[in-house]
Amino acid sequence: MPALKLRQIVKSFDGFRALDGVDLAVQAGTVHAIIGENGAGKTTLMNILYGLYQPDEGMIEFQEKPVTIPSPRGASDLGIGMIHQHFMLVDTLTVVENIVLGLRGQGMSLNLREHEKRIAEMSARFGFNIDPRAEIWRLPMGMRQRVEILKVLYREADLIILDEPTSILTPLEIEGFLENVKSLRDAGKTILFITHKLDEVFAASDRISVMRRGKVLNTTDAKDTDARRIACAMVGHDRILTVERMPHRAGKPVLVGRGLHARDNRGLEALRGVSVSVREGEIHGIIGVDGNGQAELAEVLTGMRSATGGLVEIDGRDITADDPETRRRSSRLAFVPEDRHTTGLVLEYPLWKNAILRDFGTARFSRAGVVDRRRAVEATSEWISAYDVRTQSPYQKARFLSGGNQQKLIFAREIESEPRVLIVMQPCKGLDVGAIEAVHRTILEQRERGGAILYISTELDHVLAVCDRISVMCGGVVTGTLEAHEATAETIGVLMGGTMSKASAC
Amino acid sequence: MNMFSDLQALTDFLSTGLRLSIPLVFAALGGTLSERAGVFNVALEGCLLAGAFGAALGSFVFISPYAGLLTGIGMALLVGGLLAILAVRLGVNQLVAGLALNILVLGLTSYLSRLLLTGDGRRIVEGFAPYPVPFLADIPLLGPLLFKQDVMTYLMYATVALSWWMLWKTPWGLVLRAVGENPRAVDTAGMAVDRARIIAVLAGCAVAGLGGCYLVLSQVFLFTEHMSAGKGFLALAAVILGRWNPLGALAACLLFGLCDALQLRLQFGQPDVPYQLFSIVPFVASFLALVLFSGKVKPPASIGIRYERGGK
Repeated sequence: MPALKLRQIVKSFDGFRALDGVDLAVQAGTVHAIIGENGAGKTTLMNILYGLYQPDEGMIEFQEKPVTIPSPRGASDLGIGMIHQHFMLVDTLTVVENIVLGLRGQGMSLNLREHEKRIAEMSARFGFNIDPRAEIWRLPMGMRQRVEILKVLYREADLIILDEPTSILTPLEIEGFLENVKSLRDAGKTILFITHKLDEVFAASDRISVMRRGKVLNTTDAKDTDARRIACAMVGHDRILTVERMPHRAGKPVLVGRGLHARDNRGLEALRGVSVSVREGEIHGIIGVDGNGQAELAEVLTGMRSATGGLVEIDGRDITADDPETRRRSSRLAFVPEDRHTTGLVLEYPLWKNAILRDFGTARFSRAGVVDRRRAVEATSEWISAYDVRTQSPYQKARFLSGGNQQKLIFAREIESEPRVLIVMQPCKGLDVGAIEAVHRTILEQRERGGAILYISTELDHVLAVCDRISVMCGGVVTGTLEAHEATAETIGVLMGGTMSKASAC
Repeated sequence: MNMFSDLQALTDFLSTGLRLSIPLVFAALGGTLSERAGVFNVALEGCLLAGAFGAALGSFVFISPYAGLLTGIGMALLVGGLLAILAVRLGVNQLVAGLALNILVLGLTSYLSRLLLTGDGRRIVEGFAPYPVPFLADIPLLGPLLFKQDVMTYLMYATVALSWWMLWKTPWGLVLRAVGENPRAVDTAGMAVDRARIIAVLAGCAVAGLGGCYLVLSQVFLFTEHMSAGKGFLALAAVILGRWNPLGALAACLLFGLCDALQLRLQFGQPDVPYQLFSIVPFVASFLALVLFSGKVKPPASIGIRYERGGK
């Protein structure tokens, strides 16, 4: 019996179709994984199921009845519970207080004792081992997640949606969590499990759907597929892009990373001995499923995260100890960060201020320590026409530009500094085809100029379209480096999927 | 010093301290309610003043302190309504909204009191007389101190107890506290964040307004311009010192009240010292208390931040 059925769900934000006709059927009493890259539309879909968004088109059937889900409360009343990627817990309250918060049918008094007893029983039944009186801030993340699960169980949810449930857990906690998921299924619950981590999908789920660009591509039984095939489906292979490319004529190595180690924000080892070398006049691609150390690699190379081991060199000079500022100035390193909105731009600043963010202190834009506004605006206007940034004026706030035009401005700022090394991270995320082409053309021009470019992406077709050499990252190591002519979706898929299971086994 | 030479003198001193602290207690309770829900209430001063003006007006027109009490609450609720609209609904910076309201109330009450309350000099209005509670008032020391007061004092006891019970023992209080800490959690639990905050602001302002009523109906029996005289800000300090807990706020206000009583004593006891010197005692005390005891205060995590559901 299908617990949940979706037909042609469409949801747009400002003209961008985040969900572009989603069809999905989830069988009752199964663990159903939805896997896809960031931005594939998974979270939007879940927010629709939980009543935070209303779909523009399409139909939802829950337990074989058509339903509308007007609000989170409506979802909860239907028997749909959601565990958000970022926990929705009040840190200063106790476990029991968090669970009864907003519970229906309470009288004048809280009756915490009564609830405590029932929650302790429920916790014991699923082997959760939770003290109902503990305050949330004292609990480790894995425990907090169990509190979230108890919260939906206490509201008698039949369908439990888990949105990226493992993203803030340690490996040991993840193991425990996957066990919890199975015990919930064995208790008759239906579980919808959203993730972009392949190994977890195979460890816990019965069926797997792959989402990409706002659509569910295919749904298969977990036992009928393997990590390689799912990885290929996730990164896609549409070959919609055609940018003309001169033949590759690389020179000597410019940017070299040797045996880099680094920890992520949670203190876990994110890079475990990564070596890369980017040569003059070369675009070196890094591909892998998101969260395998790419972000940390970019940060270590640009100096924003310190390496716990290994060396970074530019033109043979050891710059491991240099701060980002020195790397930019003396080594002429430029960086286009992954997140345009928080790292790349100050959204509330006008374009001209954003344009000089990098070099406002140099003679080009300031005199005697005072910013020369006239020259800054002039330069911005020049860049706006040279890079085809569609805007009304240099005085417009960056917030009002479309994603593609924001990205063009960032590229203008970085490239006009005439970098020796350019590191770009996911530059085409959320852009339309035209903007993607413009970005790729700019990157190729840099190559013609003799720049060394590191291109980090999760989009296989983009990497195949522009890169001369491609390294595949998985589990904090480079699992292989291929020349462009030997790289195909299949060979890369082997490196991404095949070694992925090896990496997760250790 | 032989200031507290006998029991009577001690009772008098403590009783003065209690009475001076009562407007502060109401205001601080009001502040606690609204700040627990995540809305700064800098408008406490305005609530006191509006409550005082309303009390004077109501008691003057209807010749009944109870009517004064209701009018005072009504006036304070108007301030609360404005604060709720500005700070919660429209997302105006909460500090700015509160300060603006204080200025507005100061101007309006001064104007209206001249217009309505000073036909022939200052109007003395009906107030509350002390009402000793049978039996309890006969307990030595504590009896006359706590139970030989007027209705407003008993109302203060009740409000402290009630707000403590409401915050910690009812589902409603749980929502109110949660909304000040993590409104998203409340939203995803299916409760309306803004509604909870608006109710908390209204309730807080009404309670703070009682402090103003006390000033008029129990202490001076007339309205004077700016008679709140900074008590709202002292109450804000008490909210912090009391760790956003009604009982803590009560303790902090009693401390301030006793300091105030002490400085009055000192003024009369030492006529050769300029009295201005003593009148800064409560403020110095609150300053010191804040600096010394608020090292590790943890205000409600989402205080001052407007809740928006936001994009993805």
